[in-house]
Amino acid sequence: MITRDEVKTIAGNGIWKQNTSIVQILGLCPLLAVTTNAVNGIMLSLATIIVMALSGVAIASLRNFIPHEIRIPVFILIVAALVTVVDLLFNANLHELYLVLGIFIPLIVTNCIVLARVEAFAAKNPPLQSTFDGIFMGVGMLWTLALLGAMREFLGSGTILGGIDMVFPSLQPIQVLPESYPGFLLALLPPGAFILLGCMIAWKNWMEARAAERNKQKPPAPVATAGCH
Amino acid sequence: MFAPAPFLLKDVSVSQVMIQVCVALIPGIAAYASLVGPAILVQLAIATLAALAAEAVMLRILRKPLAMFLTDGSAIVTAWLIALTFPPLAPWWLIVTGTVFAIVVAKHLYGGLGQNPFNPAMVAFAVSIVSFPALMSQWPSVGLQLGLVDQMNVILGWAPRLDALSGATPLDAMKTALNLSDGSFDVTALLANQDIYGNFAGRGWEWVSAGYLLGGLWLWHRKLITWHVPLAFMASLTALSGALWLYNPSQFASPLFHMLSGGAMLGAFFIATDPVSGCTTPRGKLIFGAGAGLLTYIIRVFGGYPDGVAFAVLLMNLSAPLIDLLTQPPVFGMKDKA
Repeated sequence: MITRDEVKTIAGNGIWKQNTSIVQILGLCPLLAVTTNAVNGIMLSLATIIVMALSGVAIASLRNFIPHEIRIPVFILIVAALVTVVDLLFNANLHELYLVLGIFIPLIVTNCIVLARVEAFAAKNPPLQSTFDGIFMGVGMLWTLALLGAMREFLGSGTILGGIDMVFPSLQPIQVLPESYPGFLLALLPPGAFILLGCMIAWKNWMEARAAERNKQKPPAPVATAGCH
Repeated sequence: MFAPAPFLLKDVSVSQVMIQVCVALIPGIAAYASLVGPAILVQLAIATLAALAAEAVMLRILRKPLAMFLTDGSAIVTAWLIALTFPPLAPWWLIVTGTVFAIVVAKHLYGGLGQNPFNPAMVAFAVSIVSFPALMSQWPSVGLQLGLVDQMNVILGWAPRLDALSGATPLDAMKTALNLSDGSFDVTALLANQDIYGNFAGRGWEWVSAGYLLGGLWLWHRKLITWHVPLAFMASLTALSGALWLYNPSQFASPLFHMLSGGAMLGAFFIATDPVSGCTTPRGKLIFGAGAGLLTYIIRVFGGYPDGVAFAVLLMNLSAPLIDLLTQPPVFGMKDKA
């Protein structure tokens, strides 16, 4: 089964050490496109979490039966089937949000995060560990997208929780800055997302450097990352 | 970034260079002030204060020597260029936002003085025109000049922004008129309206440009800039606008109009010549200036923005390291490239 330490390691990796958005820099396309407010970022991350948890358990269970040479097409097929389920769920239950997120829900299939975790983790580990890995990688994505979305929304339109009425019809977005706030449009445009993401990566590296200094240890070697999408 | 040989250094400090750049801007500023009134001086003061404050805070955070960098004058030059490119009646927070963005993001986050890949003043302009397009396109109507108190009230937001006070720049007005008219309008007929277009380019604005030209020539005379960038900028702008003007003088304005309107002169002599974000090799400078001139014309005539200098310079900043790499001069005594 799974030990406490294993869960801790998996959670630490997913949420902080190997965070998909600010360490692995994966899945930039949805990150740039949907984080115009926190709610969109959170809901897309939730969809990704569901897909990752289910694909983790599915692929880890089948890992000994999938021929190594054709594993990628098989992974994609399984992930695509799960994404279709999530896509239909969103369309049926959260239709307005579904229209806002649009193409980015089907595109979870091609999201590097999902395929990277399936290939790097689920294909080599038992189902329970793979499920936890999928969930915590998704949680790491969730908080970064939520934070990025909240910052962009606050700077761009002066509100928080814009679009919450699409998830909970009884709630309304909160106008934090006065109505006369002109809106820093750049924050809502893709360059603003790049600039703020850069600030978040710098902040993470700074935290790491400070922690390393405090532990009087050698700072960790920079993680080799490759972006896609 | 590296500069080609010769590596002889003149014994000139950064602050001496920056002071002379500020002096060179004075003729242009004087013409500007007589055109729009004291508002531009207020904006210059606001931008300078904001730049120095942002610079001090960033130096403090980055633990760099405060006195040395604060007095080098580079922040003041950035601030002045920002104030001169923003609309003079823009609200105070607009110019403060632009200046702080220039100093904090475009300058210090990239490593401070001498490390910035982009011209900070042009970053401020681009960020502001993308974020606040309406406010950045409201230029004061020429001939309707307010007093200092009224202008202060508008800048500080204590008086409403009346539509009558603002209009488009001559450059923008011409583009809009041409776009709206489906070819029935004639540039020559438009230019005959001396209330807007004056004798050559834009009433009053042409003298501001002439002031920048004068200051720029003085900078060249003082050997603070070389002739490559301004000449290449003006030559390419003249060549492209001249070719189109000869092809169809009723739809395209003359080269003289393009040289003396918008930010062409300020861009050619003060912005594209930035030694940090521009090219360093002589041939590279020629390519840099020519590219900036071409892009300026293309963006201002065919693009959606009122003027193209900022985006042209930023695009060329982006290509400057590559241009430098490809235009290394041969080492002394060698026939081929090093």
